[in-house]
Amino acid sequence: MSATEQALASGDAVPLSLRGPAPTRVVAGYGFWLFLLSDIIIFAALFAAYAVLSGETAGGPTAADLFDKKHVLIETACLLASSVTCGFGSLAVQSGDRNSTYVWMTITFILGITFLSVEVSEFSHMLSIGAGPTRSAFLSAFFTLVGTHGLHVTIGLCWLIVMILQVATLGFQPMVSRRFFCFGLFWHALDIVWIGVFTIVYLGAHL
Amino acid sequence: MSTEITEIEAQGMAPGAHVRTHGTRGSYLIGLGYAVILTLASFWASSTDVIYPPGVPILLGVLAIAQMGIHLVFFLHISSAPDQTNNILALAFGIFVVGLLVFGSMIIIANLNHNMMPMDQLMRMQR
Repeated sequence: MSATEQALASGDAVPLSLRGPAPTRVVAGYGFWLFLLSDIIIFAALFAAYAVLSGETAGGPTAADLFDKKHVLIETACLLASSVTCGFGSLAVQSGDRNSTYVWMTITFILGITFLSVEVSEFSHMLSIGAGPTRSAFLSAFFTLVGTHGLHVTIGLCWLIVMILQVATLGFQPMVSRRFFCFGLFWHALDIVWIGVFTIVYLGAHL
Repeated sequence: MSTEITEIEAQGMAPGAHVRTHGTRGSYLIGLGYAVILTLASFWASSTDVIYPPGVPILLGVLAIAQMGIHLVFFLHISSAPDQTNNILALAFGIFVVGLLVFGSMIIIANLNHNMMPMDQLMRMQR
């Protein structure tokens, strides 16, 4: 590595104005990061609604009656594990290893589907005992918040299928690897939102 | 294989810039370890009698924020690297807006709740 290259890599010696255009990957990552932050602001609004309405059960079932911590722990484990396998997948994309990309992304997909199926079975159980979103303000806020997160996971899984197909048809072109990078950011951001969901909704942290 | 990828990747790069590899398997596993510990700690804290009950929500909040930090550093690879300056600034603004939204709503609604006339009195006035 020459002295100039080293300076560029460390970013210390060369002033910002002389560094030239940022790499496409950095620019794309920044744009997607802005999208993720705006998405997190949507979730913040839903969290605020839940925090305000969580006590308004209108005589219906309360959070303590409805939620089973064992299910939540399974869901959390699935999302956490899928975050790591997604990270391994993006490392495989970076090193151009087709087979391990398929393996890790398939495992990510399976974990995501497991998460969704646990969530759907939980929702359908709640609907069957009459604790649907129309029962009380608390349940409306609950279904909106957790349902929006579930919808994001569903969209993420569709995106993952598209990405696997793109690797199969287009190979590891720069744009495909950038999309994979953005998918990874999306998936990890969903995991961060889930931390808020299980802490505030299922474990009942409140002010 | 890896040199070929470097060449392809380099097409979108500024001259002289290197392909930045994000993390290693080891860093993901370290992140996973921290995240598992923090998750189990919050599940334990929510169902134990050892901790003074009014303190539990605060502990849960601290554990959640710590875990979010772990995810940001080990999974989303937010760092103080020079090409991350914009990301960090955007993150700071995002946290600011989230804080305004959540705490602002809660304070306003708590205040309204506090100042609202009791329901029976309200009903009597409408008669």
